[in-house]
Amino acid sequence: MARSTPERKALRSLAWLLVIIVALIGGNAASVLWDEGSWTPRLALDLEGGTQLTLTPQLSSGQSVSQEQLDQAVGIIRQRVDAAGVSESEINTQGGQNIVVSIPGTPDEATLERIRSSAKLEFRAVLTADLASSSTIGEEGAEVDPSASPSPSAPSDEPSAAPSPSASPTDASDPNWITPDVQEAFDEFDCATVSDSGANVAPEDEPLITCEADSSLKYILGPVEVTGARISDATSGLIQSATGVSTNEWGVFLEFDGEGTAQFREVTERLVSLQGVRNQFAIVLDGQVISAPRTISAITDGQPQISGNFTQESAATLADQLKFGALPIGFELQSQDQISATLGVSQLQSGIIAGLIGLVLVVLYSLLQYRALGGVVIASLIIAGIVTYLLITYLSNQQGYRLSLAGVAGLIIAVGVIADSFIVYFERVRDELRDGRSVTGAVEAGWRRAFRTIVISDVINVIAAVVLFVLAIGNVRGFAFTLGLTTVVDLLVVALFTHPMMQLLGRTSFFSGGHRLSGLDPKALGAVYRGRAQFRPSAAVTASKRASSSREAQRRQTIAERKAAEQSGEGKDAR
Amino acid sequence: MSNFTAFGNDLYTGARSFDFVGRRRTWYIIAAVAVIIAIGLTALRGGFVFGIEFRGGSEFRVSQVAEASEDTAATTETASAAVGEVVAGSNPRVSVVGGDSVRVQTEQLTPEETNDVAEQLAEAFDVEPAQISTSFIGATWGGDITRQAIVALVVFLVLASLVMALYFRTWKMAVAAMVALVHDLVITAGIYGIFGFEITPAAVIGFLTILGYSLYDTVVVFDKVRENTGEDGLESRRTFAQSVNLAVNQTLVRSINTSIVATLPVASILLIGALLLGAGTLFDIALALFVGTIVGTYSSIFLAAPLYVHLRENEPEVKKQGGREKRVVPESGAVR
Repeated sequence: MARSTPERKALRSLAWLLVIIVALIGGNAASVLWDEGSWTPRLALDLEGGTQLTLTPQLSSGQSVSQEQLDQAVGIIRQRVDAAGVSESEINTQGGQNIVVSIPGTPDEATLERIRSSAKLEFRAVLTADLASSSTIGEEGAEVDPSASPSPSAPSDEPSAAPSPSASPTDASDPNWITPDVQEAFDEFDCATVSDSGANVAPEDEPLITCEADSSLKYILGPVEVTGARISDATSGLIQSATGVSTNEWGVFLEFDGEGTAQFREVTERLVSLQGVRNQFAIVLDGQVISAPRTISAITDGQPQISGNFTQESAATLADQLKFGALPIGFELQSQDQISATLGVSQLQSGIIAGLIGLVLVVLYSLLQYRALGGVVIASLIIAGIVTYLLITYLSNQQGYRLSLAGVAGLIIAVGVIADSFIVYFERVRDELRDGRSVTGAVEAGWRRAFRTIVISDVINVIAAVVLFVLAIGNVRGFAFTLGLTTVVDLLVVALFTHPMMQLLGRTSFFSGGHRLSGLDPKALGAVYRGRAQFRPSAAVTASKRASSSREAQRRQTIAERKAAEQSGEGKDAR
Repeated sequence: MSNFTAFGNDLYTGARSFDFVGRRRTWYIIAAVAVIIAIGLTALRGGFVFGIEFRGGSEFRVSQVAEASEDTAATTETASAAVGEVVAGSNPRVSVVGGDSVRVQTEQLTPEETNDVAEQLAEAFDVEPAQISTSFIGATWGGDITRQAIVALVVFLVLASLVMALYFRTWKMAVAAMVALVHDLVITAGIYGIFGFEITPAAVIGFLTILGYSLYDTVVVFDKVRENTGEDGLESRRTFAQSVNLAVNQTLVRSINTSIVATLPVASILLIGALLLGAGTLFDIALALFVGTIVGTYSSIFLAAPLYVHLRENEPEVKKQGGREKRVVPESGAVR
């Protein structure tokens, strides 16, 4: 027996749906087998427990951060986190400016410091130096290879070395950089405020006023001569003395690239001939001087060492930071969440319980409203649930998506949105039945109208989800993601499952005959006529209701009703 | 439930009809009064209460504390004492949430202080340190979220208006839908303001979702309006307003069913959130949505549709429509 067109179409749609589901299962199976994937979606920190840091760039006014800088920063932070031995961490950008670092468990303060310090390294010539306070300072312990001779370089107060500037500076060591304004700012500078002074966002081509990291000395430094970006490698270890004997002092060994080597040679060649503090160059990390060694000879091989008050650990950290590169911008900690695993589990459980209760209520209500059609709602919801679950698991395996509590909320709310498309559809089918179409005809006609409505309303929802996902930050994204995903799943399921099922069910005698429990009973729906020419009385209406509505009804009769009234004789009420 | 089906039948044929469009003056007044109450009472109460994410500070959450809810005063005492051990003179806000969790909010603490307080709390409540969640939120964090949310809101409104104007071929539907949307947002925010519920980022998510839902619901109603008024043309015996009113009546069953189905899961989150978790992400989202779905459904019917009629009524073409005396309907056939 040849199958009719709608039936064939329906079967084809169902076959496509099956293909999609099988493909998703296959994709998941593949990642479980070969990529250490899993059959359950990975959970975000608020459900699993862990620590989440939000870092915001520190920008001087008028400065903005580019996506390129952010991506670069994310890459560098990822390397640092990996180097710290933290596994399963996740680093993302959000809202076009923030970086979110998610780490399982509770990291110690050192790890956090390692992640968030920008490690912006600069080499600047020292122009002048002064005591930061009245307290006496110990000897400057820093020195620079290859001349390993200890170089006590107590800052000599020599403003005389800075003659009143008259000409514009010619090189980076030129005292003419110290204009009266700079001198005044320097005199008033308080090392206690160095971290707020914006020293780490200072422009590279201007002199910088800053302090020693332990706030013992303050400096005026020339413009940047070599930046950390020129470092090709950095290691840490014990510094060896000139005779090759290992000292007990930890240091960081740098290796410059070609350009850096040339720049560094130029600086040291110039400085070596200068006297006093101007013979020193400052190694500035994140706006603070970590050491300011004297230049004893020009360094031509581009392999200086930095010494300072390093411990083994801090030397290793700095070496890692320098090796992986400085962050292109400084970051500050914006928020830090530590979620205990217990709280995460209880939140997930509550979410699931809430979802189940919501689902059961929706199922009960649809059964009540749509009788046997409620079964189609349930089946469609189950299919939608399966597809969504597989999609989320697939994305979590492939794209590292993690399901958060807000995401769970999005899923629960999606139950309502998905069920709504069925309602729109069924109501349209019923409308068509009321107009007297046969069940199969009503299914087709109702579908055409309902599908338009479902598409346009889902488009609005998807726009909302996409806009939120792209622009918003924080939890909003997880929520927008599941909302958008389920809206797409909704379209898929209603087109490839619900409608084909209706087409097929419409052929069974239970539905096409309009069984009382089918939810498509033309009698209950008040169909005006049924079949081609066979009129039936419309829905049973109580006498009182008829009386109350007959006047209104006369005014608002549809054409069909009017016709029915005409045919059944003048003066007779159509209702 | 067959009564409900019959109710739907009557609405469909017009045997029973609610005069949504005709009595629009009433609905406008109700909407205006509701908006004024929402804004006025919020202002009277002293504005919105912002969550810690907007104020900045540190938050601790101790879960699975036995007897937390039995003696709230004692719990508060214990928690305050624990915080005081570390930060003298601190005045923490302590609340018991969801029966067995204690939430302690303080001013912004340093990382060291945070660790110390967490340890003190674990000791005071006799729980494992692992059961304590801590958050540190910079004062600008909430502001960032809000700013981004507002940007998202504007972009969404522009895009959605464009799509609606294109789909419905008239910007007036978009305008009517947007007015209804603003009404929904103000009232939902008003509920927060009036009752002093904390505005948290999760609540902001809720507000943003209302945008989607409110428009979604309005679009479904408007699609039926478009269908009816489009089919009517100049030959219709109904006026434009009557056509719109019939469309709203015909989608009424759908609207009721949809809002019930949409509210059921939200209500269950709200319930579970309130009973098991206390204030938190789930509860905050659900609360905004619960109010939003109900107000959204209401405004699609009572505000958006009448407003649309209002906007178009004076168009010359629309004016011509209807008003004609009943014509003899040619030949057989149903309306559609």
